[in-house]
Amino acid sequence: MLEVTGIDAFYGKVQALWDVTFRVAKGEIVTIIGANGAGKSTTLKTISGLLKPRKGQIVFEGADVTGLAPNRLVELGIVLIPEARQLWPAMSVLENLEMGAYARTARPARAQTLQSVFAMFPLLKQRVRQRAGTLSGGEQQMCAIGRGLMARPRLLLLDEPALGLAPLLVREVFESLKSIREQGVTIVLVEQNVRHALALADRAFVLETGRVTLSGQASDLAHDPRIRDGYLGLAAV
Amino acid sequence: MIQALSGQLLVGLINGSFYALLSLGLAIIFGLLDVVNFAHGAQYMLGAFVAWMAMQYLGINYWSALILVPLAVGVLGMVFEQLVLRRLYGLDPLYGLLLTFGLALVLEGIFQNAFGISGKSYPVPDLLQGGTNLGFMFLPRYRMWVVVVSIAVCFGCWFMIERTRLGAYLRAGTENPVLLQAFGVNVPLIRALTYGFGVALAAFAGVMAAPIYQVTPLMGSGVIMVVFAVVVIGGMGSIAGSIITGLGLGLIEGLTKFFYAPASDVVVFVVMALVLLARPAGLFGRQL
Ligand SMILES: Nc1ncnc2c1ncn2[C@@H]1O[C@H](COP(=O)(O)OP(=O)(O)OP(=O)(O)O)[C@@H](O)[C@H]1O
Ligand SMILES: [Mg+2]
Repeated sequence: MLEVTGIDAFYGKVQALWDVTFRVAKGEIVTIIGANGAGKSTTLKTISGLLKPRKGQIVFEGADVTGLAPNRLVELGIVLIPEARQLWPAMSVLENLEMGAYARTARPARAQTLQSVFAMFPLLKQRVRQRAGTLSGGEQQMCAIGRGLMARPRLLLLDEPALGLAPLLVREVFESLKSIREQGVTIVLVEQNVRHALALADRAFVLETGRVTLSGQASDLAHDPRIRDGYLGLAAV
Repeated sequence: MIQALSGQLLVGLINGSFYALLSLGLAIIFGLLDVVNFAHGAQYMLGAFVAWMAMQYLGINYWSALILVPLAVGVLGMVFEQLVLRRLYGLDPLYGLLLTFGLALVLEGIFQNAFGISGKSYPVPDLLQGGTNLGFMFLPRYRMWVVVVSIAVCFGCWFMIERTRLGAYLRAGTENPVLLQAFGVNVPLIRALTYGFGVALAAFAGVMAAPIYQVTPLMGSGVIMVVFAVVVIGGMGSIAGSIITGLGLGLIEGLTKFFYAPASDVVVFVVMALVLLARPAGLFGRQL
């Protein structure tokens, strides 16, 4: 579904990604593992068009989408749920959700998608009028995921959806990702919670200072000593 | 006595209507583009002048001008935004301020060269000639029209921005443009349209002002300093704030003219200093 080949990405003069290559098959969950600053968020930003790669190619469902503007990519079904939730705090939950359904491809089905988001997160339905900034951390994350779903993604890019959540809520977020996948959405997941992420994902790859250093089946990587020592040790706390 | 007072209040209300229209446009532009549009006064002047030229040379009357001139000047604004202004996004806001200040000087220079500094007069449209005698004062019909239309336009803009879905996208872009873009909104296009809309509002105010004030190349530079004070008092970027403050300060100016005329030119700046001391983010701005 997604083929990323030889991507170099820069912030100004500073290079953040070197020759990043990976693929995601339809219906898969692929997780990106890496330390802080490894380039995980940068990878997602590049796929969603917020950052233009200097080199390399991104092919989505057979079509070259390298360098397309974010609004075009959203219309094709590539949707990013950015890190740190980033709701519009002064706007209501409902307004935040509706904001997600701006794309031409999502707008006609807005009311219908909203109902399915409420079905997944009933709590949001009770809080539609509340200002998003006053939601609890877990509720904010649900709102952020719901807003992403409003865009009717075919490929969902999630940047640390469980960041800062209590263990119970982390589980809840991961459960929701499962049911999103069951609805036929392909997922690329960035998550510090490596153990959970590997348990959920089909495949994974590791980024180290902007380069892919390891990739494979998630279940294999979960037992790989390099992952165990480098990443699972930290996450086990 | 009461006649003089109500006369000054009416003048204050008229001035306040223009302050409100102009500071509203500034607030909209600042909100979404982070640009302090120093050319706003010149664009107001452009509105008045283009209306005058359209009548002189093309025979276009007031009513058509009221629609066509803001459209034309707004399109010019969008061209300017696309060609030059957008290159400065993301840099220090000072660059945008200097660029638009330069644009104001250029526009005013061109019109001074072509028309000198003497004023042109623009006739009040037939339909709005005359007025009503209220007993204690005479109420010119055109001035009533200006006040009513300005308030209606201001309220319409407020409603659109604060209460409609389109406005929600504007507010969302004001707060987090990158995020809005991630959801498929063409933010560069919205920025261009927003700048065009703000400029069109200035031109609209210019057309409305043409029959009241003299149409001169410098008519904008006088009013714009007061309008900037209005925006600072109301709170940078606050829509309702700039409308209410604009009208309010017009009235305060009028009252000052009545009670102590020499102070009327500085009263706005005194209010600004006091407000900044008490509430640095302005009366309606989000406190930092
Ligand atoms: N907007 C930016 N401007 C300049 N440099 C940036 C910017 N965003 C990220 N970087 C740099 O790019 C590199 C990769 O950052 P990125 O945000 O992709 O890391 P990450 O893997 O998501 O880290 P984290 O786990 O902390 O979120 C880092 O060195 C970072 O400092
Ligand atoms: Mg990150």
